[in-house]
Amino acid sequence: MSNTTQPKRRSARGNTGGPHVKFTNSAPADSGRPHGKSCDARVILQTKALKKSFHKGKNEIRVLREVDIQVHQGQLTAIVGQSGCGKSTLLHLLATLDQPDHGEVHFDGRRIDNLPSRQRDTIRNRDIGIIFQFYHLLPEFTALENVLMPTLIDQGVFSYWRTRAHAKKRAIELLAMVGLEDRLRHRPSELSGGEMQRAAIARALMAQPKLLLADEPTGNLDRKNGDDVMAILRRLNQQDDLTIVMVTHDQAIAASADRTVQLVEGRVQNSSPGHG
Amino acid sequence: MYKLILAWRYLRTRYIALASVISVTLGVATLIIVNSVMAGFTHEMNQRLNGMLSDIVIEGPDLLMGFQDSEHYCDEIRELLGDDLKQITTTVHVPAMLTADLGGYIYTRQLSIIGIDVDTYAEVSDFAEYVLHPENRKQLSFLLREGGYGLDDDGVLRDDFPEDAGWDYRRRKASWEAAIREASAEAELTDTASEDEAGPVDPYANTLEEAVTFNPMRDQHAGIILGIGIGSQRKRFESEDGKSSEVHDVFILQPGDDVQLTFPTAASPPRAETAPFTVVDFYESKMSEYDFSFAFVRQQDLQHLRGMISSEGKAVTSIQLKLQAGVNLIETRDKLQSYFPADRAPYFRVQAWTDMQAPLLAAVELETTLLNILLFLIIAVAGFGILATFFMIVVEKTRDIGILKSLGAPSRGVMSIFLGYGLSLGIVGSGAGMILGLIFVAYINDVADLIELVTKREVFDPTVYYFEQIPTIIHPSTVFLVVAGATLIAVMASVLPAVRAARLHPVEALRYE
Ligand SMILES: Nc1ncnc2c1ncn2[C@@H]1O[C@H](COP(=O)(O)OP(=O)(O)OP(=O)(O)O)[C@@H](O)[C@H]1O
Ligand SMILES: [Mg+2]
Repeated sequence: MSNTTQPKRRSARGNTGGPHVKFTNSAPADSGRPHGKSCDARVILQTKALKKSFHKGKNEIRVLREVDIQVHQGQLTAIVGQSGCGKSTLLHLLATLDQPDHGEVHFDGRRIDNLPSRQRDTIRNRDIGIIFQFYHLLPEFTALENVLMPTLIDQGVFSYWRTRAHAKKRAIELLAMVGLEDRLRHRPSELSGGEMQRAAIARALMAQPKLLLADEPTGNLDRKNGDDVMAILRRLNQQDDLTIVMVTHDQAIAASADRTVQLVEGRVQNSSPGHG
Repeated sequence: MYKLILAWRYLRTRYIALASVISVTLGVATLIIVNSVMAGFTHEMNQRLNGMLSDIVIEGPDLLMGFQDSEHYCDEIRELLGDDLKQITTTVHVPAMLTADLGGYIYTRQLSIIGIDVDTYAEVSDFAEYVLHPENRKQLSFLLREGGYGLDDDGVLRDDFPEDAGWDYRRRKASWEAAIREASAEAELTDTASEDEAGPVDPYANTLEEAVTFNPMRDQHAGIILGIGIGSQRKRFESEDGKSSEVHDVFILQPGDDVQLTFPTAASPPRAETAPFTVVDFYESKMSEYDFSFAFVRQQDLQHLRGMISSEGKAVTSIQLKLQAGVNLIETRDKLQSYFPADRAPYFRVQAWTDMQAPLLAAVELETTLLNILLFLIIAVAGFGILATFFMIVVEKTRDIGILKSLGAPSRGVMSIFLGYGLSLGIVGSGAGMILGLIFVAYINDVADLIELVTKREVFDPTVYYFEQIPTIIHPSTVFLVVAGATLIAVMASVLPAVRAARLHPVEALRYE
């Protein structure tokens, strides 16, 4: 809960020229490491023999049969596979939104899939940011309020009241970072798809998460907007060393990832480093 | 924090939910109005019932002959109750028939005469406060007054009361009657002047010899104070333009008139005794039950006329007690009941005034209870409205709930959004209802007038109720209970939808379209 009260750290690398605001909580990046890091960084997210099936009447749909993946700190991982192969299901398990029938999910050094719901709520609130294909902004709230929502959820009335200026400042900075500085008071219905997705990214980053999960973040956007969103995600990954796991159907995007995980019939078929 | 904000946002953007709150508002307002009016009626009624009755009445076994030694029993009661007792008095009750000659027409009424002790009775009941003559309100008297009857509490003459009531009227009537007598028997009557020198006749002197020296110009019979309903009739008068109407009393008898009372004597077997009385005042308790049936005379007159005075002493039919304020009525009654057991001599019957009016009081209480139940059912119906609306909102907001959960909102928090939402609706609804109800109660008589003006029909008929205004009393505790109850119903109605929202699976909620 101390995320918002932590002093903001500035990135060591100033390769964008101007002052660079650090938006994430990930560990400081090794300065000289080239893009395409994988082996030397620690494992931040790991699944062990993950199984998940759904029941429809008497039919059992075995979606995930045995999934083992490892995600290293600072990596951008793309999960690809045919529609219906269980990518979203896997992402939900990683996000603790759902629980596996079998197997384990380890995040940041501890097992999270079997935690009490209250603790999983806290993890989702503070450590894991999630972006969806359909943005999922709250329609009654402005872009700024949507971005503030994780903090509002985290904090009680009084602690929020004390730190509200700080939280608001950060939310505005995040919205500026995604290029929405002049859309602060717009409701989702007054934003374009690309703008909504960028606001959703800002919201996911609000609590300075260690991990960003994205389920087809560009799936609903045109080329231009999709590129914008991807540019933001890449920048976060490269400059702030934010670990990102992203489901995508876009071959080009998958190819540009650090690593691609291919799901076939509920199993990881091919896990290959991308070609940065 | 988000809980408050979300509940507030949903409240602000879902006016349909406010619609279901209107029934809460109306229910609360109606409950407050009904309870205030019922409390007002009950209070007014109690005050009048108890005002006319003393707190506790002890009756002897023989209501006709009465019982002796009342002084002795009074002393015993004084000793038993000590400081709890404010005043004690004895009375003689007897059923009677009133007859009056209205110049050819005979006017008859059935009534109860109560012989009271002038010095103490006024302290036992509020009877003296209801008499019409302001002087009698201060010091009760059974002597006819010169005039000045019918002044109300502010000293203004009632516009429906005969102006010259009192000696003026009596003299005028007497001379008029004398003139008629003279005209019919002018030959025989030569001189009446000798009577003028005889001086005023003591009205309480031997009644049998009265006729000889009695001069209605100067003398009165024993005084009697009649209930206003016995001597008058309440009527509605349309104003000349026909737009408004007023209620007036038409007086058939008035102070100064003589009446005949026929009642049983205290002999065995009783005989009928008829004696003349002079109406010296009216009383108006505004309880029609009393105003139409009770007349008050001096106790010694009644005892004398009924032959209750013997060598053994003066008999009375009941002892009446007034307790100090704050003394428990029922406890005192029970104490007296155990002191004078009903099955042992002197076979006294001890009753509190609430016992005597028990059916009426019980009926009013039942009515209040039933109305409360019915009106709370209305609020319960409103509760189901809230339930349905909330279920709709939960369904409509399923995706939002999923979003909140994906952002780490705990189930408990999601639940409290809807509980808080229900609480706010309850507070808003019952708060508005409270304000509406209180305003309505404050202006209830104006509202009644307005409705009368529009519908041209009487809402509150003073000829029926004997109240000029609709009486109201606001008990803060009742208002609080009503508001709290309605709020509770609103919260309870939101529990089910809130639980449902809390149980929503985040993934399924997010998939919901
Ligand atoms: N709640 C559920 N009940 C039953 N079956 C489900 C449920 N959720 C998902 N499934 C099934 O699980 C399979 C995987 O679904 P999932 O959403 O993970 O696919 P996906 O890989 O994300 O597909 P897409 O690329 O189209 O998003 C599908 O066949 C779907 O029908
Ligand atoms: Mg999917």
